[in-house]
Amino acid sequence: MFKIVVCVKAVPDPKEACNIKIDPVTKTLMRCDVPMVLNPLDKYALEAALQFKEQFDAHISVLSMGPPEAGNIVKECLALGADQGFLLSDRAFAGADAFATAYTLAKGIEKIGPFDVVFCGMASSDGSTEWVGPEIATFLKIPVVTRITEIVEYNGQWWTVKAELENGYRLVRVQIPAVFTVTRALNTPRRLSFSGIIKARKKEITQWGIQQLGVSEASVGLKGSPSIVSTIATMDSRRKVEILEGKREEKAEQLVQRLANAGVL
Amino acid sequence: MEKSCGPVWVIAEQIDCRILSVSFQLIGHGRKLAAALDTTVEAILLGHQMAEHPRQLFAAGGDRVYLGNDPELAVYQPEIYAEIIEKLAKEKQPEIILIGSTSMGRELAPLIAARLDTGLTAHCIDLVIDGNNVLESRIPAYGGLLSIICPDRRPQMATIAAGVFPNPEPDGNRTGDIIPIEVPKEIPQRIQTLKVVREEPEGMDLESATIVVAGGAGAGDPAGWRKIADLAQVLNAALGATRPTVDEGWAALETMIGQSGKMVSPELYIGVGLSGELQHMVGISGAKVMVAINNDAKSPVFEQVDYGIVDDCREFVPVFIEKIKAYREKLKTC
Repeated sequence: MFKIVVCVKAVPDPKEACNIKIDPVTKTLMRCDVPMVLNPLDKYALEAALQFKEQFDAHISVLSMGPPEAGNIVKECLALGADQGFLLSDRAFAGADAFATAYTLAKGIEKIGPFDVVFCGMASSDGSTEWVGPEIATFLKIPVVTRITEIVEYNGQWWTVKAELENGYRLVRVQIPAVFTVTRALNTPRRLSFSGIIKARKKEITQWGIQQLGVSEASVGLKGSPSIVSTIATMDSRRKVEILEGKREEKAEQLVQRLANAGVL
Repeated sequence: MEKSCGPVWVIAEQIDCRILSVSFQLIGHGRKLAAALDTTVEAILLGHQMAEHPRQLFAAGGDRVYLGNDPELAVYQPEIYAEIIEKLAKEKQPEIILIGSTSMGRELAPLIAARLDTGLTAHCIDLVIDGNNVLESRIPAYGGLLSIICPDRRPQMATIAAGVFPNPEPDGNRTGDIIPIEVPKEIPQRIQTLKVVREEPEGMDLESATIVVAGGAGAGDPAGWRKIADLAQVLNAALGATRPTVDEGWAALETMIGQSGKMVSPELYIGVGLSGELQHMVGISGAKVMVAINNDAKSPVFEQVDYGIVDDCREFVPVFIEKIKAYREKLKTC
């Protein structure tokens, strides 16, 4: 059977992310009760897998790395139609940069077993590096195509996909197993259904730590991360603002005047 | 540091035999880093019919160009490009590798970093050498400016967007070595770029626009977004976007302004229905005059602009458009 792995991440809800600040002393994020949600782009990655499964006989595993609470987003993916969930959770995984994250996920994918394709969201809404997909592929020694917008053809071992470029696209032919990172152009993610939620109750989430994965503490989390945060400065981008007052018409009129006087209109 | 330091590398990128401006900007800034480290700046240029192009890289400040000039390299081929750069980097031991934050760069950089077992930073808005001769990548995040370092592994790698560093003044008298690179024969051909299609961009070019109107989630829906687009059109401005509006599908990815998008420095910036998140605001910090329109008086955007309008942008923008039209009419009759 065709095996698909979808990598997902729990991220602070992007709609409330502006409430997150950095603690200047501990250099950690003060999350301020911002809820964790499924990374928006990962929904498109899961949808790609679900649409493939609708056409062919396929099995979808969802894999995430994160604290135990990240199990909720894995559960959400199961309710959306994935078959099996895996959560890599261990204190030793904390503080990972993209490199250590990709390494840990690659180890998780290997432990899940043989697979045909891996789908990832192009980027997470919090880190937004786009590094994890290509680095997973490198650790697994398989090809990757990033920013895909269309799957043109699946033809046995060879897939043809379109990938986004500035003002255009490239058409790429790639041999599977491969990693694809997906953009929003690829599909329209489905919504949760009541029956999906009921069915997901029977599906299990397997949790693995460093022992089950067989990785050393030095190769994961903060210790396994080549990049570290060295210092934090505050950015002073403040300007002296003039808030224009009055009725809507008056404010618009004043704004036109100010901009005309500044010579920018 | 007692150990001698390897060169600063720039992975130059070409499209249809034209080297991108970001590549020259990175060489220009690479010179400063190289001066601090007392080392050289070298470019890797992969393409076809590029024999004359190294001159431009020398003029920008490069000391040496590794040139792969082969039909196989005409367009970006991920495995071949990554293989060549990995092999060369293992041999030459560069201290730093800089790559433009383009579609190609964003894929190629992590392929190289993972192959070289090293760290890679994204969205840098500045790169400096610290007191320990370590590269500090400055990245805006969550209301602060993070300095990220890769203390123990080499090379140190970063991707940088076009416009973060200025174009260097070309010096036609500068010369350097050209070292040819062969295409390795035994690469697994598991992936092939069949075709590259580039279209003429729609709308105004953000980087060169004198006025930029940027819309945020406050647009509310596609109809609200169209009002912001109308404002851009009336002002003959380029329309930019924030991450959430790209997420909603209202705006195209290439119109996103900010640390993971474009860096712009217009004469006038008008932010409509956006909250002033740092990830966006760093992209327009070079603007001369800044305006924000947002219905929340407490929004952080109002600390970062010159003129603030506290109002529902969907209601305010059409009124503003009428006033702009009236002003323009008046100018004509004067």
